[in-house]
Amino acid sequence: MSGRDRPAQLLRNLPAKLAALPMILTALVVFIGCSLWTVVHSFTKSRLLPKLDFVGLDQYDRLWSTPRWLVSIENLAIYGICALILSLVLGFVLAALLDQKIRFEDGFRTIILYPYALSFIVTGLVWQWILNPDFGIQNIVRGLGFESFVFDPLHNPDQVLFALLIAGLWQGTGLVTVILLAGLRGIDEDIWKAARVDGIPAWKTYLRVVIPMMRPVFATCLVLVSAGIVKLYDLVVALTNGGPGIASETPAKYVYDSMFNKQNLGQGFAASTMMLLTVLIIIVPWAMFEFRGKRRD
Amino acid sequence: MIDAPFPRTLSGPAGSRPRTRIAPKRLMIYAALLIVSVYYLLPLWVMVMTSLKGMPEIRMGNIFAPPVEITFEPWVKAWSSACTGLNCDGLSRGFWNSVMIVVPSVVISIAVASVNGYALVNWKFRGSEVFFTILLFGAFIPYQVMIYPLVIILRELGLMGSVWGLVLVHTIFGMPIITLLFRNYFASLPEELFKAARVDGAGFWGIFLRVLVPMSLPIFTVAVILQITGIWNDFLFGVIYTKPDTYPMTVQLNNIVNSVQGVKEYNVNMAATLLTGLVPLSIYLISGKLFVRGIAAGAVKG
Repeated sequence: MSGRDRPAQLLRNLPAKLAALPMILTALVVFIGCSLWTVVHSFTKSRLLPKLDFVGLDQYDRLWSTPRWLVSIENLAIYGICALILSLVLGFVLAALLDQKIRFEDGFRTIILYPYALSFIVTGLVWQWILNPDFGIQNIVRGLGFESFVFDPLHNPDQVLFALLIAGLWQGTGLVTVILLAGLRGIDEDIWKAARVDGIPAWKTYLRVVIPMMRPVFATCLVLVSAGIVKLYDLVVALTNGGPGIASETPAKYVYDSMFNKQNLGQGFAASTMMLLTVLIIIVPWAMFEFRGKRRD
Repeated sequence: MIDAPFPRTLSGPAGSRPRTRIAPKRLMIYAALLIVSVYYLLPLWVMVMTSLKGMPEIRMGNIFAPPVEITFEPWVKAWSSACTGLNCDGLSRGFWNSVMIVVPSVVISIAVASVNGYALVNWKFRGSEVFFTILLFGAFIPYQVMIYPLVIILRELGLMGSVWGLVLVHTIFGMPIITLLFRNYFASLPEELFKAARVDGAGFWGIFLRVLVPMSLPIFTVAVILQITGIWNDFLFGVIYTKPDTYPMTVQLNNIVNSVQGVKEYNVNMAATLLTGLVPLSIYLISGKLFVRGIAAGAVKG
């Protein structure tokens, strides 16, 4: 294309370009622009107001020597690994159960998925009530005669992640189940027939044949669940508000508190940049895998 | 299928009667699903039961037990007189704020994203796919990275703290998934349709409004469901970009329940929680399969 054509090139398809302007602005200004802005400002000593006063990696040094951040990262890692494994395993088992040509499948699916329609705030508050030591599960088991029964994860720093897991899985497993169920339905009936003819037990067929075939669906679930885990914030605010002490803090909450409660913007920027990095580590290999897969087709 | 050997009127299930006894294996499947269902339904049950009890009964009894004496007072109090800080006008304010936020957000975000999807499929221009890819990647960027610069942008636009600022934020962050939804849907329509309209002289907007929109009702419904529940349930953006007067319901709910002052009224808290969950819950129950289709569309990338 020669330079002479350039204005004409720009004007071609003009309504489409104008209509796509919100998308272009969102992509360039918000997703790229704002992210870069935050990354750049994470190298400054911004406190109450953002300013370009560069201090190198100081914010990161401070971040990685702040106990609260270290606890947050540790929590995220433990919660993340447990939530990921449990939601995939439970989600798959539930999907496999629902796939047995059962009656009331729609009913069961509705029940398993409804928490996903709720806000994390609602989920957090309900479970806070159920786990309340004076009224909830602990109280009821004690009422049954087990006077010394202790189950108070909300006030025990060693168990508080357990409470988050119970609530988080309650809300999120339904999504994994539904996606995996769709994946199971996509498996060719002939494969089941062949396995049956060969006398391979069902569990073995699942393990050896079906699950490997569903790898792309699992990858999708993995990415969706982990993207959700990194953002874990609302649930913590509603269920524990980071407590007891700092035992259930998460990186997303660290960012919010640094920016909006502690007037320590630099720390917030550095922490959010670390979150971005975590996501990139998860997303980039997946995207490359997907992309290459598509090319081969 | 082979020709039926019987007249149509007689064609019912052929072959031996299915066994009426349930095999032990089937029984175990149902038992497992029932146990799971109990775990899933338990919180809903507890919420409803607690919200219908008086405080004395809660202090004495068991949270799983149904109320001895049903009272709707907690609901009334949660709706009209529960306190957040100095305001004691109940959750109704948060409810109406959420309505004022959700309605324009849903309309604008879907209008924008559907046009995006249409342009991406039928009016490709140089770079359109690049922008779309960035948009999709943007869906995975943690919001925390972008929230502060957006505060500055909204402040510059004079929208910080207002409902419209939040509407803009929801439009931005809803764009990747909704655009994807529409792009995939429009791409599945036969291209001849578009070409025929082109030949008839319809332009960009003409084709979109007169040909595509009328035949895209299902996908618009899916998008509406997805956006209403998503925006209604949002907490993070609400707490950042609005001020106490315009807090959405979720933020106000959290402030009511997790406030430290005063005696805790668990029945009012649970009524308030249930009230907040009621909108997305009813949408979910009414829409059924469409809701599932929406999240499946979000999950399966194009």
